Amino acid sequence: MNLSLLVILPFATAIALLFTKGLKPARTISLTGAAAQLILGFVLLYFYLQERNAGNTAPMLFEDDYTWYAPLNIHYYIGVDGISIAMILLTAFVVISGVLVSWHVQKWSRDFFLLLAILSAGAYGFFISLDLFTLFFFLELAVIPKFLLIGIWGSGKKEYSAMRLALMLMAGSALIFVGLVGLYLNTDMGNGQHTFNIMQISQMNISESVQKIFFPFAFIGFGIFTALFPFHTWVPDGHSSAPTAASMFLAGISMKLGGYGCLRVATFLMPDAAQHYSWIIIVLACIAILYGAFATMMQTDLKYINAYSSVSHCGFVLLGIGMLTQTAILGAVMQMVSHGLMTALFFAGIGMIYDRTHTRQVAQLGGLLKAMPFISTIFVIAGLCSLGLPGLSGFAAEMTVFVGSWQNAGSFYRIATIIACASIVVTSVYILRATGKAIMGPLPIATGDVPSVTLTDAKWNEKLAAGLLVLGIVAIGVAPFWLTNLLTSGTEMIMQKIAAVVK
Amino acid sequence: MEKQRVRLMNYASYIALIPLVPLATFVLLGLFGKKTLKPLAGIIGCTALFISTALAVYAAYHYFFTDGKTNGVYQAVFVNKVHWLQFSPSLSIDMEIMLDPISVMMLVVVTFVSLMVHIFSLGYMKGEERFGTYFSFLSLFTFSMLGLVMSANIFQIYIFWELVGLSSYLLIGFYYNKPAAVAASKKAFIVTRFADLGFLIGILILGFQADSFDFHTIIQRLTDVNSPQLIGIATASFLDISLLTWALTLIFIGGAGKSAMFPLHIWLPDAMEGPTPVSALIHAATMVVAGVFLVARLFPVFYINEAALVVVTWVGAISAFLAAIIACTQTDIKRVLAYSTMSQIGYMMFALGVSGYGGENGLGYTASMFHLFTHAFFKSLLFLCAGAIIHYVHSNDIKDMGGLRKYMPLTHLAFLIACLAIAGIPPFAGFFSKEEILLAASQSNSAIYYIALITSGITAFYMFRLYFSVFWKASPPAPLQRRGEEENHAEGSFSMKLPLVLLTIGTVGAGFIPFSQFISADGKSFASELHPGFSVLPVALALLGIFFAWNLYFRPSEKPGKMAASLGSLYRLAYKKFYIDELYLFITKKIIFNLVGRPAAWLDKNIVDGTMNGIAWTTGRISTAIKGIQSGRVQNYALWFFAGIIGLLLVLKFWMK
Repeated sequence: MNLSLLVILPFATAIALLFTKGLKPARTISLTGAAAQLILGFVLLYFYLQERNAGNTAPMLFEDDYTWYAPLNIHYYIGVDGISIAMILLTAFVVISGVLVSWHVQKWSRDFFLLLAILSAGAYGFFISLDLFTLFFFLELAVIPKFLLIGIWGSGKKEYSAMRLALMLMAGSALIFVGLVGLYLNTDMGNGQHTFNIMQISQMNISESVQKIFFPFAFIGFGIFTALFPFHTWVPDGHSSAPTAASMFLAGISMKLGGYGCLRVATFLMPDAAQHYSWIIIVLACIAILYGAFATMMQTDLKYINAYSSVSHCGFVLLGIGMLTQTAILGAVMQMVSHGLMTALFFAGIGMIYDRTHTRQVAQLGGLLKAMPFISTIFVIAGLCSLGLPGLSGFAAEMTVFVGSWQNAGSFYRIATIIACASIVVTSVYILRATGKAIMGPLPIATGDVPSVTLTDAKWNEKLAAGLLVLGIVAIGVAPFWLTNLLTSGTEMIMQKIAAVVK
Repeated sequence: MEKQRVRLMNYASYIALIPLVPLATFVLLGLFGKKTLKPLAGIIGCTALFISTALAVYAAYHYFFTDGKTNGVYQAVFVNKVHWLQFSPSLSIDMEIMLDPISVMMLVVVTFVSLMVHIFSLGYMKGEERFGTYFSFLSLFTFSMLGLVMSANIFQIYIFWELVGLSSYLLIGFYYNKPAAVAASKKAFIVTRFADLGFLIGILILGFQADSFDFHTIIQRLTDVNSPQLIGIATASFLDISLLTWALTLIFIGGAGKSAMFPLHIWLPDAMEGPTPVSALIHAATMVVAGVFLVARLFPVFYINEAALVVVTWVGAISAFLAAIIACTQTDIKRVLAYSTMSQIGYMMFALGVSGYGGENGLGYTASMFHLFTHAFFKSLLFLCAGAIIHYVHSNDIKDMGGLRKYMPLTHLAFLIACLAIAGIPPFAGFFSKEEILLAASQSNSAIYYIALITSGITAFYMFRLYFSVFWKASPPAPLQRRGEEENHAEGSFSMKLPLVLLTIGTVGAGFIPFSQFISADGKSFASELHPGFSVLPVALALLGIFFAWNLYFRPSEKPGKMAASLGSLYRLAYKKFYIDELYLFITKKIIFNLVGRPAAWLDKNIVDGTMNGIAWTTGRISTAIKGIQSGRVQNYALWFFAGIIGLLLVLKFWMK
């Protein structure tokens, strides 16, 4: 299986889009491309499982290696394990749903879809990269389109939000770059050459003092992407100003780039430092979880609610990584997948509501269940997933994080776990408040200028988009074992590195 | 061994269908119940439940009469294990079906009451716009509740625990355009969720100390005095309280939330906003007893920890008493019944608390389960009667009722029998189970016994207050009289009458089941006989309560009002439900929202964000100062970005040397 197809396909879509004019051909090509990506994702999954079942225990499968720039030993080196495949599938699901909900983008539609394609290429490339430089290259590829998507197609104070998002993510990138280059300069291939190769670096002994210097750069840098407290402030404004599809990409994929980076680069390559700074990560994660949840409770705009709740939910990812037990790390990855699907669904639902009612203020909404049962139902499903209802993906992920965290003995870890657990109560408060007001309850009188009769329920494209995401959420929620089976070999590899430190 | 294997095969072939059939109904009606299958929804729901009920009764027959016992002891049977989520080699959530006396008994109760409610709903919900959705939610609830009682793993029970919470939420808020219903559904979910936090932490402590989430293994390890796990959990302590006490108390908090025990009961009365058949199923017979079931499930472990058992006992007794007092003052028929449910569950709870273990010492345990069983019949009957009454009167308030015996003879009879049963008058079901509870209490803790005794008198009073106010008192209000003459079928269709008849039969007959033969704390049968001498006092007190109620409410009179006035603030206190709701509102709205939520949001907007903006502004100014122009902002920042990287690298390079 040639992994490069994952990157080539979105680029091919992008190039094809260059030759189109108008909305209709653009969206058809985008949808075809996105569908092909999804199929490719499943084909990859199939081949991967087949290889594993055949007894292939190599840490990375389907590797490919081309020299990119020999003097600095930069390679285009790719390969996947279960974790990458889970992230690739997540990306594929979010991309196709994002394309589907953008079915009626009027303004510069070709460019809109073009940017979505480039963004997805960046994400796929990031998840398959095993060379730090290539990885960084793809990360950057995913940042610029976000800026434009918000700045051009956004709403509200979009320029401000776009600028802020770009600034903070670029600051994150800068930190990451320093971390990566620092790591690179401290590798030694024996012939005076350095390497960016993740698998090779993981075999080397990078001294603890070096790790302690560069770990914060890499971790905070990636952490900014995944809303590490106190660097989460780009999240609320960025999400709420973004057009629906961009919000979905941002929360569903882009924030996961950070989590993946924290795990694959920072923790995996610098386990001594991860151990050393573990308590700081846990403290920050707990603050994000609980403080994010309380801040969410006070929000009045649906998008702000979901944005702040993303801060809280991504805290579970960081908590899982910070706890450094295999179960907790497994939970962190599950939470990335779960949150990606859930938040994309949430933003899709909010976007559909906004398209029809032209408001996102909870106070102005009410009784939507009557006028648009389908959209209301997906909103409720997303909400229930967010509050960790069993049967939906959030539960399995959160419980794995909790159990994994509890594996660490000691009052500090126990209290941190209890704080994290406590957030599920706060989560249910804000989810049910929003649902109770916007979805249930009587129709509001205030929106007299938009009488309820004109509110139409979801169209086929919206139903398909939501349906795919719900499918993913339910599949993980009802049968989490397939996901854990897929992820275990990957988390084991990371855990071996961490366990080696403890000794 | 061969026999054992064959037995397991037998159960494994069909037992999973009991919950899965309702699940299939939920999916089917959830997807197509809005339009396509709407007219058929009721029939589909009832048929599915009928299949489940038949299978449950079949399984119960086999378990209790043919193959449940080995060497004179009922053994737990485990079938259909699925590894659902593996955390570590020893800790995992497994989906497995556990059959033991209490789970088999609960299977019968849940399926039967659910079937009755399904049939009743055919008539009661007729013409409802979301008819299909209603039945799909009912099926979801039935599935979750059945899953709950069959769980063999403590995390598995937590999963279904949350799912019954969800179905309860959906059904309480079924009339979603009524703000009161929405508020009640929200309250029910959040209060129980808060309690579930305790449950979850309790699971984590207990599971990790016992090194298993499996009920069977947990109980085995934590009741064996020599096991390292028991020694570990009993000696380790936090704040001078042993971890075992912590774990069990936290788990009990979860149970208390679901079972509406003081002080977590505030959601139950409000939950009456849901359709009445739902109240009969969820908030009377099944879901609210889940907490009792949970304590019973872990009873061997509770038994070895006295501190936790004391908590169970006193919370149960206080709830029983407090709820009975409040019930005397309420005028909403469903709320009176809700408080009486809370009170009766309190009985079940403290019966477990005063119980011993092994043979006849486990009388309290048997009595608790017995009361759970009989209560399911008469309380769901009371609720369905209330449903029939509300259906006819179009009001919940007993002030709008009176003299209804003329128009609703069948409902009248059923309601009377159920009232006698709950008051503990022989030979109705409640008498037998309540006597056992009182006996168990008197043998163990006299303070609890007297509270229970007084409460049973109050119970008789408030139930007959309700009965006389609804069916006797004055002639019915004028509009009702007119309608009664116009329509001969005040009691609704056949589908609404059949469940009343069947449940009445249960209310009359359930008490005669020799429960101690089947259900005991350790699985061994023992004989329990009636103690006529002991029964005199409680029955006399109940009759006294009925007499007072008759005196006050049989005819319209000034007496109740005068009595209330003479009690003054005491009456007001009870009427206002001891201001517990207000206290919660104060804590949540005033303290949590204002002192935690608002500052968090403010802090984020002004301090954290402000700092970030400050940095951005400063860099912006610097960049402007350096560049002097402000065109093409992105490029500027990109430049700045690369300059920054190079600068940082230079610094680092310098520093590293």
